[in-house]
Order: sequence, then structure tokens, then C-alpha cells
Amino acid sequence: MPDQVLFGIEAATNGLMAGVMYSLVALGFVLIFKASGIFNYAQGVMALFAALTLVGLQEGQVPFAHLINAIFGTEVHHFGWHMPALLAILLALAVMVLFAILVERYVLKHLVNQEPIILFMATIGLAYFMEGFGDLMWGSDIKKLDVGLIQGINATIDETTYNWFGYGFYIDNLDISATIVAAILVTVLVLFSQYTKQGRAMRAVADDHQAALSVGISLRFIWVLVWSIAGFVALVAGIMWGSKSGVQFSLSLIALKALPVLMLGGFTSIPGAIVGGLIIGMGEKLFEFAIGPMIGGATENWFAYMLALIFLVFRPQGLFGEKIIERV
Amino acid sequence: MTQDGYTTPDGRKIGSVVMEMKNITLRFGGVVAIKDISFDIREGEIRAIIGPNGAGKSSMLNVINGFYHPQEGEIWFHGARRAPMKPYEVAYQGIARTFQNIALFKGMSTLDNIMTGRLTHMKAGIVAQAIWKGAAEREETANREAVEKIIDFLEIQHIRKTPVGRLPYGLQKRVELARALAAEPKLLLLDEPMAGMNVEEKEDMSRFILDVNDEFGTTIALIEHDMGVVMDISDRVVVMDYGKKIGDGTPDEVRNNQEVIDAYLGVAHD
Repeated sequence: MPDQVLFGIEAATNGLMAGVMYSLVALGFVLIFKASGIFNYAQGVMALFAALTLVGLQEGQVPFAHLINAIFGTEVHHFGWHMPALLAILLALAVMVLFAILVERYVLKHLVNQEPIILFMATIGLAYFMEGFGDLMWGSDIKKLDVGLIQGINATIDETTYNWFGYGFYIDNLDISATIVAAILVTVLVLFSQYTKQGRAMRAVADDHQAALSVGISLRFIWVLVWSIAGFVALVAGIMWGSKSGVQFSLSLIALKALPVLMLGGFTSIPGAIVGGLIIGMGEKLFEFAIGPMIGGATENWFAYMLALIFLVFRPQGLFGEKIIERV
Repeated sequence: MTQDGYTTPDGRKIGSVVMEMKNITLRFGGVVAIKDISFDIREGEIRAIIGPNGAGKSSMLNVINGFYHPQEGEIWFHGARRAPMKPYEVAYQGIARTFQNIALFKGMSTLDNIMTGRLTHMKAGIVAQAIWKGAAEREETANREAVEKIIDFLEIQHIRKTPVGRLPYGLQKRVELARALAAEPKLLLLDEPMAGMNVEEKEDMSRFILDVNDEFGTTIALIEHDMGVVMDISDRVVVMDYGKKIGDGTPDEVRNNQEVIDAYLGVAHD
């Protein structure tokens, strides 16, 4: 096989894996949008906050250390423990659930029946609040996240492909784990929303609040549930991105990459978020590989947005979104 | 009419009082929507609340349903005074309802819509549901059977899998009724079940309401402003006008009540 084709396949495979990472972020958006019609601008920051909390717990960092030291003149920084990854993940999840409860109690409850734009503005406020709060709580330095995921080149794939084609593909182990995790996550989420009573209630709330109340669904419970699940997805995304590139404030910007994924896949479709992520991830890498050199490279910065723009023109509901029907 | 119920002209036995509204007053700011109204609903009865537009009928249904909380008065349900409740808690007490402007889950299929009506009967925990074993599986099967029975009963087998957003108006109304029935309610509230229907659809709906009452013994309270239909199907009628009760009794009694005739036909006030 000619080298160019092999490079192309490698780029496509890596693109698919990167796409999975985008999908993970997009999933959180879809969940909240489906259940409450809110475009949650804070989803990216939630991933950052979850990752910060995870690292903090794992490394035994004292929360609000700077504040405490400044007020009391002490010098506390660490509790001096090192928590097992699994325990830290569970505790971080508990923090995200607590966060969901607080958001419902202090933000959403007061904005019932408001326009979507008002709720959107509220999530922008929430995003900046969380960014500052995360900073205050855990400090603003870049942190290394290690929950025991293997990183680096996958030797088996490298060898196998070398034996077949005489050229070893570079596939990162972390990307493979991300793919497996995403597949499990999506399966669980889809089964949950289709086959459990809470899942059915979630879909009902998404459609009609009044009717949902009348069949015995507590809106407040469902909102806490939805934000908790979104928090859980944010935690998973935070772990994956944090392991890959460290936990730092630029992590919150991955939300921007999720936008074109959503436009492609549709804001209301869980499978759409996955397929959208894969298409964008792969398209990005292939475009850079094939067309990039001709136009000076760096196409990855804008390719996703351009693709989303084209979709907006020809299929505004996305690939899997619910068709927009207006009865007149 | 005795304390323990009565027998209707067509021979149905009506039982004791299920729900009693005592001196209900509901205000929105300075506007009095319901003024000092009392009435009761008896077991197995079809009870209608009628009145011209803006009489406060829907407000009354919303009070029973828990969407509104009256400033004054007491609500008694099954012999106990009901504390102010949220609508979803009212649903768990066994009160189901339909809406005047159809409130269905438009993106979901007919079957899924009706299944949401069974929510108050689903007890299995989230973990049990996840592993889909034992109790959770039996429960889902039982719920599906109950739902299928209602689908047969209301003759909507052919649209089981159709997203309800695509159904014509009359069928949507029927799906909404099915969802409310799925809860096996102790009290079924129907908000203008015939609104916007043609004569044939109205006849169908009347038949279903009577059949539901007959077959399941469901107690029904309904609002309607189409006098004709109401008089045909209900056992007792409350008449409201400008938030006040102006009549209460059997259709015949109400029909001959001068105040009711005035309210409906209009009368010159001097």
C-alpha cells in the first residue's frame, strides 16, 4: 500500500479517537438540552471543575487553602494523603451531585417558566462563577491527573500494522480507553432514558412540564437528576481530557469544540452527539492531512465550524435531531 | 339523596363522598376567580362543572389538581383534609387529569405516553431496573398489560407506535384520556374533553366517558361548556358563573333553575 494511503488511514483513526473526546463533552450538552431546553454554557466549566475536584481529592489538597492561609496566617496546603483513584472519583461524583442540587435550589427553581434565553444567560453566569470558585477552591496552577489510565503508543497495534503494511500506526492507549469509556457511557445513558421510569420521566419533562406534573413527576427531582447526570458526564470528560493534557483552565474551552459537534449531530440526540463527534474528529484530521498542506495548514482551528455552518444551511436540525415540524 | 349515596335513574349505585370542597375561595391579586364555593363528588359518579367562559371552571379543576392553592377553604379527599400539595403529589394520591389544550409528550409514541401514566404505579428502584431482574421485570410486564388493556378499550391499537405530535386532534384527546386512565385514578378530572371536536368526535368521546365510568367504576369530574353533552352524560352538575356557584343538582334540576337560564341566555339586569 502506498505510504500516503497508510498515513491517511492513520490520521483518520486518530481523528475518530479525538472525535470520541469531543463527543464526551457534547453528550453533557445534549442531556441537559433534551430534558430542560437549556443550552448549558457551563458544561465545559463543569468538566474543568470536576477534574479539579478529582485531582484535589486524590492529592489531598486542602480546599480554599489560599483563602484560609490569607485569613488565619496559617500554612496549610495538603492533608498528606493520597487517595485511591476509584474512591476519589466517587467522591468527585458526590460533589457534582451536590452541585446539581445547589443549581436547582438557587438558580433553576427561581427561573421556572422563563424564556430559554434567560436560562442560557443564567448558565453563562454559572460558568463564570464556577470558574472563579474552582480557582479559589483548588488554585489556578496546572495539575497532572493520573487515575491509572495507560498512556502512550499502543505497542500491539504498532507491531501488527508494521507486520501487515511495513508501517506502524501510532495509536495512543489513552484514546483507546476514551473510546471504550464513551461506548459504555452512551449505552448506559440510552438504556437509562429508554427503559427506566426515571428515564421516561426525563423525556416527559422535556416535552411538557404541566403534563409531567399531572402524571406524578416532580420537576425538581428530574432537574437535579439531569444536572447530576450532566455532572457525571462532565467528570468523565474531565478525566479523559485532564489525563491527556493536564487539568488547566483551558479545559473549559473544550465546550467550544462541542458546539459544531452538536450542530452536526443535533441538539436532541445522544447517538447524534457521538456520530457528530466522530465525523468532526475524523474530518478535521483528514482535511488537515489532505488539504492542509495546500493552504498553509492549521485547518483544525476552523474546519469544524465551517462544517457546522454548512449543516446549518442544509439541515438545521442536525443529522439525528428531531425534525422541526410546525403545524399551521 | 341520602348520606350514603343514591341510585341514578339508569340504576347505577352511587357511593359515599370521595372529595369535598368546602368554601373554596381563590384570588389572583385583586381578581376573585372562585368565590366561596362548596360541593362534593361521590364515588362512581360523573360530576360536571359547567358555566360560561371565565366562570372559574378551569381554576376549580386546577385547585383540585394542586396547580392552584386556594386562599380560603378546605379540600377533603377520602375523609381526610388535604394539606396544600404539589401537583405531582396529588397525582400520587390517585387524581389524574386531562387538559383543555392537550398536554401530551409530543415527541414520544402513544404507547410511551400512556406508560408515563403508570409512573405512580412503578416502585422498582433504579438499581433493580438497571439489572432488569425480578421485581422490576414483573412490574414492567404488569404495567404493560394494564396499558394494553386501556389501548384496546379506547380503540387506539393502530397508533401505538406513532409519535403523538403527528396524530389528529381527536385522537390526541383520546391518547390523553388513555394516559390519565392508565394511572387507575380514584378521581379522573377532564378539562373540556369535547372542546374543538366535531359532532361525531363528541359522540365518540361521550361514549368513552360513559364506558370508562361503567367498566372501571371510575369517579369522573368534568368541565364542559357544551350544555347539551353535559346534561346527557352527567349525574350531577355544578353551575358556576363569575366565580360563584349558581346551581347544583341533577341535570333536570339545573336545567330548570332560573339563575342558570339567565346566566346562559343572558338577562337584562335592572
